[in-house]
Amino acid sequence: MRILKNFTRRMFSLFFRKKREISLGFYGPPNAGKTSLANRICKDWTGEDVGKVSKMAHETRSIQFKEEVEIKYKEKILKFKLIDTPGIATKIDYEDFMKMKMKKKQAQKRAKEATQGIVEAIQWLDDMDAVIVVIDATQNPYSQVNITIVGNLVARKIPVLVVANKVDLKKADLKKVEAAFPEYDVVGISAKYGKNMDEFYESVFKLAKRA
Amino acid sequence: MAKKRKKGLTLQFIPFSEISSLGGLERIKKLLKIVLDNKVVVLQGRLKPQEETRLIEDTMIMIDNIKGFKGVELAVITGDSENKSFFNKLRFGLARAIAGQQDAITIIGPASIVKEMKKDPKKLEVMMR
Repeated sequence: MRILKNFTRRMFSLFFRKKREISLGFYGPPNAGKTSLANRICKDWTGEDVGKVSKMAHETRSIQFKEEVEIKYKEKILKFKLIDTPGIATKIDYEDFMKMKMKKKQAQKRAKEATQGIVEAIQWLDDMDAVIVVIDATQNPYSQVNITIVGNLVARKIPVLVVANKVDLKKADLKKVEAAFPEYDVVGISAKYGKNMDEFYESVFKLAKRA
Repeated sequence: MAKKRKKGLTLQFIPFSEISSLGGLERIKKLLKIVLDNKVVVLQGRLKPQEETRLIEDTMIMIDNIKGFKGVELAVITGDSENKSFFNKLRFGLARAIAGQQDAITIIGPASIVKEMKKDPKKLEVMMR
């Protein structure tokens, strides 16, 4: 059914060649830097941010997006709808937020919003044309959440780009991320400092071609 | 003097044949029911990718609705497919499509008992609380 839907959509855009936006999703575990990367892209091309970033996990607890973001690479321009999603996790404990000096009621509210955000992020998977899976290069890339997200995108035939973020940090291990995802394009970047963004944009254009 | 009760951990093994005839939702329901009993599930094989995300979705809904439930720790260890030839990969792919991926083990534990599962390609460390 999905294949038929995609085929119809592609045929439609082929015949009525109005340049459509590519829905580009940012998925990954909490605190990997999805919002930082979405902000970096938006700052580079629109001068604005998508959302707030924080050291505390689950800062993004609902889908946030920026439409009509035009990215230029080697004289070509593509229009994207950037969709930043809440970090996907298999557990949420409000007491973890209390350890970060949050009051109980506030921590419980944050936990509830975070669980709902995860459900929302999963439900949005089918609306993506392409997805960037953002992984913290200082963490173990073999975490099941990463594998589950990539496995789902492959099963849904959605093109994937793996981004290893935080390569500016000493603990970062880009080779380990590449070894964990040998069948995918992996780009190492620092969203915070804008490191290696040229290679990133080149990979985004390659990804968009497959969308 | 009262005897000190020893703390234990129950691992419940589920052969793939036990879930193979079930639909996706029933599979997840069955596995999460065991986790809710504070047992660690050791499943022969693995769930389909969409079932894995459904398991995460249902877990999140349960965190919201069941007092004291904090979620799960999940890990899947798969057989080594990197060194297989193209023909063997094709053969295993077909076998998986027909019979499900049985050359894997899925471990699901309640987050209140299992603190973390650290996975490397061929090694799994389960850290308890």
